[in-house]
Amino acid sequence: MKNGEVNHLRRMGSAWAVIAVVADLVYWFAVGPHVPPGRLTEAAKNNQMDFNILMLVALPVLLGVWVYLAYSLRVWSAKRGGPEPVGGPAAASNRRTQVLWISITSVAVLAAAAFGTVALIVDHGSGGGEGPNPVWMPTGAAKAETAALAGKATWAPGTNAVLPVQVIAQQWKFTYRYPTFGGFESPDLILPANTSVAFNVTSLDVIHSFWAYQLSIKADANQGVNNVAFTETKGPGQFVVRCSELCGIWHGSMYNYGKVVSQGAFMQWAQQTEMANAANTKLLPPFAYTYAPDANGAAGGLYPDGTVTPYNSSLTYGAKQPAS
Amino acid sequence: MTISAERPTDVVATPPSTSGAVRRGGWFSQHLGTALIAAILGYLFGHWLGNHIAGNYTPVVNSGVNDLANFFGLLFGVVGWLLGIGALNYPLAKIAGRSGTEKTPDVEGFSKYFRYSTDHKTVGLQYVIGVCLFLFTGGLLAMAIRTELLNPTTHIFAPSTYIEIVSEHGTIMMMMATSIVVGPLGNYLIPLMIGSRRMAFPRIEAFSFWIFTAGYMVIFSALPYGGFPTGWTGYAPLQNQAGPGMISYLFGFAVIGLGMMAAGFNIAVTIINYRAPGMTWGRVPIFVWSILATAALLTLATPVLFSAGLFGILDRVDQTAFYVAEHGGSSYLWENLFWFFGHPEVYIMALPAFGIVAEILPVFCRKPLFAQKVGAAGMIGVALLSFFVWQHHIFQSGINPDMRPLFMLTTELISIPTGFIFLVGMGTLYKAKIRYELPMLFSLALFFNFLIGGLTGVFLSDVPVNVTVHGGFFVLSHFHYTIMGGLLFAFMAGLYYWLPKMTGLMLNKKIGLWQFWLMFVFFNLTFFPMFIIGLLGQPRRVYTYAKNLQGLNDFSSISAFILGISFLIFAWNLAYSWFIKPEKAPANPWDSLGLEWQTATPVPVHNFDRIPVIMTDPYHYGEPGATALADLSGVSSSTGNPA
Ligand code: HEM
Ligand SMILES: [Cu+2]
Ligand SMILES: [Cu+2]
Repeated sequence: MKNGEVNHLRRMGSAWAVIAVVADLVYWFAVGPHVPPGRLTEAAKNNQMDFNILMLVALPVLLGVWVYLAYSLRVWSAKRGGPEPVGGPAAASNRRTQVLWISITSVAVLAAAAFGTVALIVDHGSGGGEGPNPVWMPTGAAKAETAALAGKATWAPGTNAVLPVQVIAQQWKFTYRYPTFGGFESPDLILPANTSVAFNVTSLDVIHSFWAYQLSIKADANQGVNNVAFTETKGPGQFVVRCSELCGIWHGSMYNYGKVVSQGAFMQWAQQTEMANAANTKLLPPFAYTYAPDANGAAGGLYPDGTVTPYNSSLTYGAKQPAS
Repeated sequence: MTISAERPTDVVATPPSTSGAVRRGGWFSQHLGTALIAAILGYLFGHWLGNHIAGNYTPVVNSGVNDLANFFGLLFGVVGWLLGIGALNYPLAKIAGRSGTEKTPDVEGFSKYFRYSTDHKTVGLQYVIGVCLFLFTGGLLAMAIRTELLNPTTHIFAPSTYIEIVSEHGTIMMMMATSIVVGPLGNYLIPLMIGSRRMAFPRIEAFSFWIFTAGYMVIFSALPYGGFPTGWTGYAPLQNQAGPGMISYLFGFAVIGLGMMAAGFNIAVTIINYRAPGMTWGRVPIFVWSILATAALLTLATPVLFSAGLFGILDRVDQTAFYVAEHGGSSYLWENLFWFFGHPEVYIMALPAFGIVAEILPVFCRKPLFAQKVGAAGMIGVALLSFFVWQHHIFQSGINPDMRPLFMLTTELISIPTGFIFLVGMGTLYKAKIRYELPMLFSLALFFNFLIGGLTGVFLSDVPVNVTVHGGFFVLSHFHYTIMGGLLFAFMAGLYYWLPKMTGLMLNKKIGLWQFWLMFVFFNLTFFPMFIIGLLGQPRRVYTYAKNLQGLNDFSSISAFILGISFLIFAWNLAYSWFIKPEKAPANPWDSLGLEWQTATPVPVHNFDRIPVIMTDPYHYGEPGATALADLSGVSSSTGNPA
């Protein structure tokens, strides 16, 4: 840099440093804590944290480019009649700048990937759908899930047991089955506070997506697939469930509300509903992780895997087949 | 490396007959009108045939329509369209054993734009009008969407109509966007920029345009059948369950896919084989690099979409079960096939935009393009990597959950080469002398918008954050920032920059400034709130939403209407500058060093009188006394040696 010449990069750099630090601080303290989806569950809390940390990196990058753009568009405008630009090889490439740029972006990107991976594993899939054989399970989940299928799952307040809940999506509603309480099926999703929950999401028809917004759970519902997502609930609260995969005409109306209540209140509700629904529950197919509609139609009998009415592909939908 | 200057000139580049009279195609020769008539006849025939064959089965539930009739109608309609426009004359003559001397008539005058032309310049201009029509219809549908979303509970459209509108909007826009730059600017400019007299396969090029227009009509043919309810992603098994309009979507993708493959193949071969002597890879303009990378993606990714669409059609007309789980298929199959094409497609839409702005910046900065090699390498890197990230669209689907860290990594890696475009851009601005002409303003806007689009992409690729934002308005906003904020702004930059060359007429600057500022400001005001709407929990493709989101939605809707107006202003500018007050463009209005500006305007039929000999790259701005770009008196067309 020749004497007397303005050091443009230093000017931009110092302006940027001030602005970036201020922006990060303001974001972290004023905005971050309010970022959705809130803190109703462990997953929500962690995902909010992840979002905020990414934001701490993204904001300076954004502001860096903006400062650079604003500065250069003003200072190097032709209207100002500055000196003619100098061309030649020195202006066409600059090894140091290029290496620096590539290194900084690579490091940032690799760090982001590493950070995301750790967060994903530590938080047992971060509330996202982990498929039928989840790899990152909270302790006790495997046991509870197997027991549920065998019809032997139990849950009681204060036991720290994982609560399996099944989410059944169909056009155009969600229903929930509680294998730990005789497998009753309910249109309401009620969860106990401070409990690890395993959502077993499946569909009876097209692809839906179970999005429990404040819980920060999102898992696609595919027919014939059990897609498991985990989280741990915190204090009591309300949440919205919306379908977030286009599933036909009434997709927009496919939502309901759920509640996280105290463990005692949950126990009471569950036991009451189990009793009240007992007659209906008997008519349901036994609890299974997936259900295949039989030939009598989706609205008709649902049969657990393994004992499906044999489907004859040469018969059209709606043809009468003996109920099994 | 140099390329022989000798090339066959049998097909095009025959100068119009010098005998004075310009040849005009007669009313009864083939043109748009005959194509339409043949298409309608083909449709009727196919429909009849389908009903004849399968009248007793494969009816679509509750519609009284037979899927096979529907499919055959469209299939024969497209064949009729191609026959009617004359796309099949040459191949049919060849098959019939007649000599291959058939030439497409070199029709002159305005009517050539309505005919099957093998001149890449005519095809380029046909594409300009084609994509603009596509864009405007898609835009109208967007206005309808934003109107419905003005109120969370009062509905203007029935849910079935709303979903039909959303689906058509997305499909039309995505299909249009694959060709919006490659079609008009790629076809027109590539030969001019690499110093060639022609495209490698002029007939395939013309075919790509006419099949593209056919695809447009096929996608629209869903409307009388009640549309399709799947959005542009067409997920199965909703796809299998949907009404008869679904065939239009599946077949429409296949038809447009043919056009994309044809265009990509032709352009890639042209760039590789038809560069003028001296046009080494190091001297190839960055726009050509971007189109080459795009062409590679078009040829390699589209076949997957094409087959996926045909599987879908088979599922419906033949009761196969590729996508139906209960019959042994898989709903994940479509998701994977679709996104295996879909993610490269994303870069089919981004790379040309990068190419345009990188080409334009040096001209208005009067400085060389910074880090050109890094930029070109970045484009190739992006193109390669884009085949390895597709599952980031189905992170929460439950398939391959343990592969999520890998796809998170590849997705985030792709932002490194994507970031090179910022290195190129920022480096070129450094100590420049910036002229704020319209092409420059639109290019600068890309850097502003695409930065937001790219950074939010990193949020989306972080699986924990993806859980909260996938399937919601955040994603919607992300890809509009990249496609509309990136591609569309670049397209506008390209039009304002190159249309004077293509038409010989300047576009009005004052009207253009109105368009730019309205478009830039209201694009951001429309889409930025959608990030927040998404974070607050609004899923995509819904007609009802939480009451507390109405304020933001209304704000976005009203901004969207003004954004719509900015496109009307653009249309007005075209009308004004072309028909009302035409202003002749100077030979080189922007003082560009690019090769495309060195030929005469209007460009002669065979582009260059003599094949130029390229001496250097086209970015020697700010270098008085630098070597001239090319020796235009170079080698003659049929004799002479490459330098
Ligand atoms: C820095 C580069 C980018 C990254 C890291 C990135 C990342 C992502 C991710 C992870 C998704 C999936 C979100 C979800 O559904 O959960 C996504 C969606 C999407 N992106 Fe990007 N993206 C980038 C650039 C682009 C570009 C350049 C375009 C287009 C020109 C684009 C267009 C799209 C589209 C169309 C979708 C959504 C498709 C749909 O679900 O309908 N993205 N992006
Ligand atoms: Cu749904
Ligand atoms: Cu992608």
